[in-house]
Amino acid sequence: MSTFVEPLNIIITGVGGQGNVLASQVVSVAAAVAGYRVVVGETFGVSQRGGSVMSHVRISKDKPYGPLIPRGRAGVIAGFEPLETLRVMVNYANPDTVTIMNDRPNYPLGCLLGEDKYPDPARIEETIRKLVARVHRLPATELAKEAGSPLAANMVMTGALAGSGLLPFGREYLTATIELLFKDSVRDLNLAAFELGYRQLAG
Amino acid sequence: MGVCKEQPGVRVALTGNESIARGALEAGVAYAASYPGSPTAEVLGTLAKVAGEFNLYVEWSVNEKVAMEGAAAASFTGLRSLVVMKADGLNVALDFASALALSGTRGGMVIVVGDDPSSHSSVREEDSRNLCKALHLPIWEPSSVQEAKDMTRAAFDLSEQLKLPVVVRCVTRVCHASGDVELGELTRPERRPVFGRDDRVITFSIQLHAQLEQKLSRAAAEASDSFFNGYSGPANARRLVIASGPSAMYALEALDMLGLAGGVGVLKLGTTWPLPETLLLNYLKNASEVVFAEEVEPFVEDNVMALAAGHWNELGSIKFYGKRSGHVAGPAGAGIGELDPDVLAGSLAKIFDVPWAGQTMLTSREAEELLGEKMPGRELALCAGCPHRASFWAIRTALELDGREGVVLGDIGCYTLGIVRTGYYLLQTMHCMGAGVGIAGGLGKLNRFGFNKPVITVVGDSTFYHAAVPALINARYNRANFMCVVLDNETTAMTGHQPHPGRQTTATGGPADTVYMEEIIRGLNIPYAISDPYDVDATINAVCDMLQLSGPRVLILRRTCALAAVKGKEKNRVYVDWDKCIGDDCGCGRFCSKVFACPANIWDAEHGKARIDEAVCNGCGVCATLCPQQAIVVERTVE
Repeated sequence: MSTFVEPLNIIITGVGGQGNVLASQVVSVAAAVAGYRVVVGETFGVSQRGGSVMSHVRISKDKPYGPLIPRGRAGVIAGFEPLETLRVMVNYANPDTVTIMNDRPNYPLGCLLGEDKYPDPARIEETIRKLVARVHRLPATELAKEAGSPLAANMVMTGALAGSGLLPFGREYLTATIELLFKDSVRDLNLAAFELGYRQLAG
Repeated sequence: MGVCKEQPGVRVALTGNESIARGALEAGVAYAASYPGSPTAEVLGTLAKVAGEFNLYVEWSVNEKVAMEGAAAASFTGLRSLVVMKADGLNVALDFASALALSGTRGGMVIVVGDDPSSHSSVREEDSRNLCKALHLPIWEPSSVQEAKDMTRAAFDLSEQLKLPVVVRCVTRVCHASGDVELGELTRPERRPVFGRDDRVITFSIQLHAQLEQKLSRAAAEASDSFFNGYSGPANARRLVIASGPSAMYALEALDMLGLAGGVGVLKLGTTWPLPETLLLNYLKNASEVVFAEEVEPFVEDNVMALAAGHWNELGSIKFYGKRSGHVAGPAGAGIGELDPDVLAGSLAKIFDVPWAGQTMLTSREAEELLGEKMPGRELALCAGCPHRASFWAIRTALELDGREGVVLGDIGCYTLGIVRTGYYLLQTMHCMGAGVGIAGGLGKLNRFGFNKPVITVVGDSTFYHAAVPALINARYNRANFMCVVLDNETTAMTGHQPHPGRQTTATGGPADTVYMEEIIRGLNIPYAISDPYDVDATINAVCDMLQLSGPRVLILRRTCALAAVKGKEKNRVYVDWDKCIGDDCGCGRFCSKVFACPANIWDAEHGKARIDEAVCNGCGVCATLCPQQAIVVERTVE
């Protein structure tokens, strides 16, 4: 367990449709149940249509914070997509930021149309390693497929976040939240995905 | 569900919109109405889910004006009512709202208006406070998720006391935020609507204007003692930040980042109109430097400066910093875009002359140098399988075949993305709900001046009911010459799949008396046809055929939103048969990925073949019908 720095600033980033909002909801509900003050800054609406999305999650022992993390002050960046991970790091990372990254690209329209080139994900990872001390890359989409659906990559990433040991509360708060928010086969899928992500980082 | 938890004092995680809904439940709301709009769409959705449990009437109305009229009716009978809209929706409701302010209300009535600084999901970043001031309505602004609940609850009391609707003005960063909220007591009052023969609610007297001004004076007097205005900082601060909404939180954090927290006071205004004058004068009399932090327009700023001007002889010399002076400004300029802790830190550092270099580790350019290449941007795209993409493709192709340089006009909804690359830049106008049909009507009357291009306007199904019908009546009556394409995805998709009058269910899931758009169109004696946009060839033919007609006509392109269609279902599996895909030898120019440009159609550079990204694909199979090699295979699990 690493020491809890007040407040714990987490950025969850990805592309609209990848399930950012649900992942941040699971973390925030769990944090509240665990007795922490939590605020999540979120943008959805048109931004969910294939654009870059970002959730700011701020967890504190006892102090209310605003919904936006200041630049350079992310403690953890959970990137659901390599390019978006790097993009967020430029603005919000510092050398101590822990980065957890899904290795699966989601191609922007400009890349599909051949006008832009998607950077090699290995180069993205290499770049991120030059910037921060601790980087975890995982095949979250592949693990999600293993759990039953590539769409559950968000829960793989949530599991990885729990497995990183950075959250000030136990994984049971997160699994209980998943059980609360989902029903039947979706619940089972998300719990399985969470478990696979957790094991990637917790060993 | 957190919003209906009984235990007062317990903390649960709620979104800002859920928090507003909870506040209304704690206040004993009976009637809630709305038309969905970001950032406030989830308020009514939340109430709809608990309507049975709390014996509420909850409706998705056809538009915001009708929603407000219904909520006002409930208030006239003594019930507490809530009406929810985005800033654009207030524009729609404005005519009634201005009359309602004069007539006044009886049961507490709260108007929740969601503003969207930085236009995250809106066409404009309108600051509705200036309109609300013109309406003579009190405005409260929550700065946090907790306050969203507490203010909504208290606003019902103020409304009842003043007999005037009260506006709770929320910005996206409150509505779409979530956080732990300490719950209050739920109330389930007995409800007995009363509207006796002698009850009259009529706006026809100059006296009512005088009464309205008196109500506002009372609100101003109470505002100075309001729990929602708060101060933190040194006593008798000479340096003062006056902030409203989440900017108050940003200001506190920015001062902390600058090391100024102990020396600068922050006066957070929750009651922004009418101003809490006594409270403000009390702080202004000690201040020599005052900074304003608010979104978007300088609303508090202008009004506080006007207040100070009226009291200049008591206050002495004060230097004001804000949007008017240009000191409080984000990257886009003063009064443009939302604030955040960094924007305020930069602004406050300049004003108070302390060093601040920002805190980013590197610039985008430095990151690209490290990476050794450019970081491509990510523009908005219609979802994989979106029927609008197929519709836009068909319209575009039909216009090319037609060859008369037809023009295409737009409207508000997911299909607004027809203005950008994902919609082939097809749309040439885009303003507000229903405007495309009215503009098409105008263009459709210009033949006498030699304007002979075919005119097509696209409108969504929800927008059709909300605002397109009067323009169609006008077009029929005046014989305007255009084609209206209804992109009917059978839901209000953009805001989260709310039902509308064309659906079979109401807000609370009960059965609806469906109003079929075909019946309306038939009633207007306008010729129409229906096509499935997934059947691209048939749709191209339908557009071409209808382009040959004159007068107003309607083409309904009907196919359920791809996201709604696959929800909770197994998707069709779509894949590329690499024995058939011949890659760049095909001559199709990588049609599926580069031209049709569905985000699920990707290119496998290693093998030089097309591929489907199964994490993105929604299984519509339209690309399979367009591939010249018929190399794309659809394994159907849903129809």
